[in-house]
Amino acid sequence: MSSTDVTHHAPEEHGHDHDHGEHGPAKGLMRWVTTTNHKDIGTLYLWFSLIMFFIGGAMALIIRAELFQPGIQIVDPMFFNSMTTMHAIVMIFGVVMPAFVGLANWMIPMMIGAPDMALPRLNNWSFWIMPFAFTIMLSTLFMDSGGPAGGWTLYPPLVLQMGDSFAFVIFAIHFLGISSVMGSINIVATIFNMRPPGMTFMKMPMFVWTWLITAYLLIATIPVFAGAVTMLLTDRFFGTSFFSAAGGGDPVMFQHIFWFFGHPEVYILILPAFGIVSSIIPTFARKPLFGYDSMVYATASIAFLSFIVWAHHMFTTGMPLAGELFFMFSTMMISVPTGVKVFNWVATMWRGSMSFETPMLFAIGFVIMFTIGGLSGLMLAITPADIQYHDTYFVVAHFHYVLVPGAIYSLMAATYYWLPKWTGNMYDEKLGKLHFWISTVFVNVLFFPMHFVGLAGMPRRIPDYSLQFADWNMIATIGAFGFGFSQLMFVYIIVKCIRGGEKATAEVWEGARGLEWTVDSPAPYHTFETAPTIQPATITR
Amino acid sequence: MSSATGYYIPHAARWPIVGSIGLFIFFYGFATWLNQGPFGREMFILGAGVLIFMMFGWFGLVARESESGTYNGQVDSSFRLAMMWFIFSEVMFFAAFFGALFYARTFSGPWIGGLGGGGADMTNAILYQGHDYVWPSNGPGDVGGKFEQMGWFGLPLINTLLLLSSGVTCTFAHHAIRAGHRQPFILWLLATVSLGFLFVGLQAVEYIHAYDAMNLKLTSGIYGSTFFMLTGFHGFHVTMGAIILLVVMLRATRKHFSAENHFAFEAAAWYWHFVDVVWLGLFIFVYLI
Ligand code: HEM
Ligand SMILES: [Cu+2]
Repeated sequence: MSSTDVTHHAPEEHGHDHDHGEHGPAKGLMRWVTTTNHKDIGTLYLWFSLIMFFIGGAMALIIRAELFQPGIQIVDPMFFNSMTTMHAIVMIFGVVMPAFVGLANWMIPMMIGAPDMALPRLNNWSFWIMPFAFTIMLSTLFMDSGGPAGGWTLYPPLVLQMGDSFAFVIFAIHFLGISSVMGSINIVATIFNMRPPGMTFMKMPMFVWTWLITAYLLIATIPVFAGAVTMLLTDRFFGTSFFSAAGGGDPVMFQHIFWFFGHPEVYILILPAFGIVSSIIPTFARKPLFGYDSMVYATASIAFLSFIVWAHHMFTTGMPLAGELFFMFSTMMISVPTGVKVFNWVATMWRGSMSFETPMLFAIGFVIMFTIGGLSGLMLAITPADIQYHDTYFVVAHFHYVLVPGAIYSLMAATYYWLPKWTGNMYDEKLGKLHFWISTVFVNVLFFPMHFVGLAGMPRRIPDYSLQFADWNMIATIGAFGFGFSQLMFVYIIVKCIRGGEKATAEVWEGARGLEWTVDSPAPYHTFETAPTIQPATITR
Repeated sequence: MSSATGYYIPHAARWPIVGSIGLFIFFYGFATWLNQGPFGREMFILGAGVLIFMMFGWFGLVARESESGTYNGQVDSSFRLAMMWFIFSEVMFFAAFFGALFYARTFSGPWIGGLGGGGADMTNAILYQGHDYVWPSNGPGDVGGKFEQMGWFGLPLINTLLLLSSGVTCTFAHHAIRAGHRQPFILWLLATVSLGFLFVGLQAVEYIHAYDAMNLKLTSGIYGSTFFMLTGFHGFHVTMGAIILLVVMLRATRKHFSAENHFAFEAAAWYWHFVDVVWLGLFIFVYLI
């Protein structure tokens, strides 16, 4: 038989199918364990990341509780350190990344008109690695030596002094990396290969574009990270000297390899968010996205530039002057395409017929507060300035502005935006808006003061601080508990929506465009089993 | 691009969860073993066993589906894309280790030796008095003791020729199957696999010689680290590639594959060429220069 030998399924065969045609979901727990359906897998990813969000959040609250007042009051310093380390690992690898993959699973096939992901079995495996990998990762907290405590950046030689949990952390990272790479390969294959005729690249929604580029970044950088942690492992257990000057290696080399992964990683955490916001703003401004083409090119340039800026995390570590200058200018260059995006979002809203439902509120909140984080990033990019700011709370303020009211807000916006499509019910709009406003007040109470204490010199990752930082820290902690507990509202709204509510139409939102809004709400278990016909005039984004 | 109609979407995948459990036991066991904890080695072996079982099961299933004509051209493209991007990810994995080699040789090595300005001479004078940087280096601490550098002549050169010829025999195999000639296909595959295993065998001889006669070990500073990690991971990939080609060969003897449908072979061949190219990089940057 030949590879071009198509097994034909006439469209009318569907619905009463044969060998592989069970059309509804299977029953029971095994449905979820063995599922190959992109919507099921998307749901699994999203629930997983929501649970991890509260685990990581609890760690953040432990950190903030300790920092409520100067002095050591609640936890011992070693545990504090493992909380800062684990909080970052959980939030990055357990919350933001899987949530974006979950959205990719749910939405990409529906947005491009594909029946499923390109490699459904692999898709199942990508998800089912996550709980196992995080079991290993979190189990280190219960070991005698405690969890990893040298920071999520795992710098040697400190990280090599970790206790028994070291090897577990390294292997958990390998484990998670396998999941990310497989998931990304699947997404790339889906976008390249599963588009129906007529769905050209430039007809794809921005969310699909941003994920295509994110997946590329993941495939390119996760293996480098795997290499870096492998070298840590062999340095510790097999006597290699990669990061030891005595043997001719260099601990700084780890930082280079790590950040070659690490900086693209932060774009992995934000590009899909750009895609989400680029979907939501046009809907509620009732105008097509302004400058779609430039958005695509800006995303691609950000991805390219993200490979040549890594050492802006290492200005104080030291490198030749030419290096300091190169990385300063290349970093500043990233704000050009980033600015293009922000201006395009604003221009999309300009003279739009705007309405402010919850997804739109979160999207606008994203644009404003992400920009604050972008601007502090620009300040950090200036080498001489960064020599002051580095490893202070100013950096913490920067990355939390881009990640919490940035990436996390985009996830909340996406949830509210597509929840009616997923469940068939409208969520409670009043509660949604309340959730937005409470979160937005508290998130700023939480993170804005960090700029002040940072500029005043408060170091990050230290459980104690000197007295002059006390007031702002107290305020930040109040913000943290407010923000943390208001997220229970988010869960409540989601559960309430799943259980019932006003029925959603197929279109859901008045200004919604794109293929996902042409299928029923809730989206049937299988969509686009026959390829939709896409004419040049068909609106797909 | 072919239409999405009839895209094969399997149901109820049971192998992935087996794989996850296998990996879990494998990694947990490995970490425990490294910590000299209880049952570490046993778990490691058990996990590896589960993984091998999973691969047999999963690939076997896919092979059966492929042979029974379940897949269409679009599924075939998905597989091709997946394999290409997987190989790209492998390239980036090696890039990390090549990067370490280049960094140590161009930057940190000379700096430790006091070269390159920017105060390196002071650092050298204070911390590493008298350490002159020359490659191969095991650092100012003379970690692992005096050792000899691995030359390029002899075994490495022979290995280069072996691997390059295996690339040629692999291409002959491809031409054979494309023309529908099963017997030559199997024989050329046999040649490729044999050359591959011969390569691995000679690599082992080289390692033994390095350890016994040259005092060149994984622990011989940065030179030993980069040498053994790069060639070691490469050797591991050659072994995997040869096993994959062997499986393809065994499948061919069971009348699998046709002139048009032989993606499993092509994927293995791509992988083989990738391993080949990495070796050329190694030969130049690890052995020659
Ligand atoms: C306008 C674009 C941006 C610029 C110019 C920028 C610049 C920088 C610089 C220079 C640092 C190093 C500060 C230091 O350690 O001294 C930094 C840290 C960081 N940035 Fe950004 N950034 C930008 C956007 C982003 C985005 C979009 C994200 C993630 C969504 C992000 C996440 C982070 C994180 C997590 C760190 C801290 C890493 C650590 O040390 O743990 N940044 N940024
Ligand atoms: Cu960065």
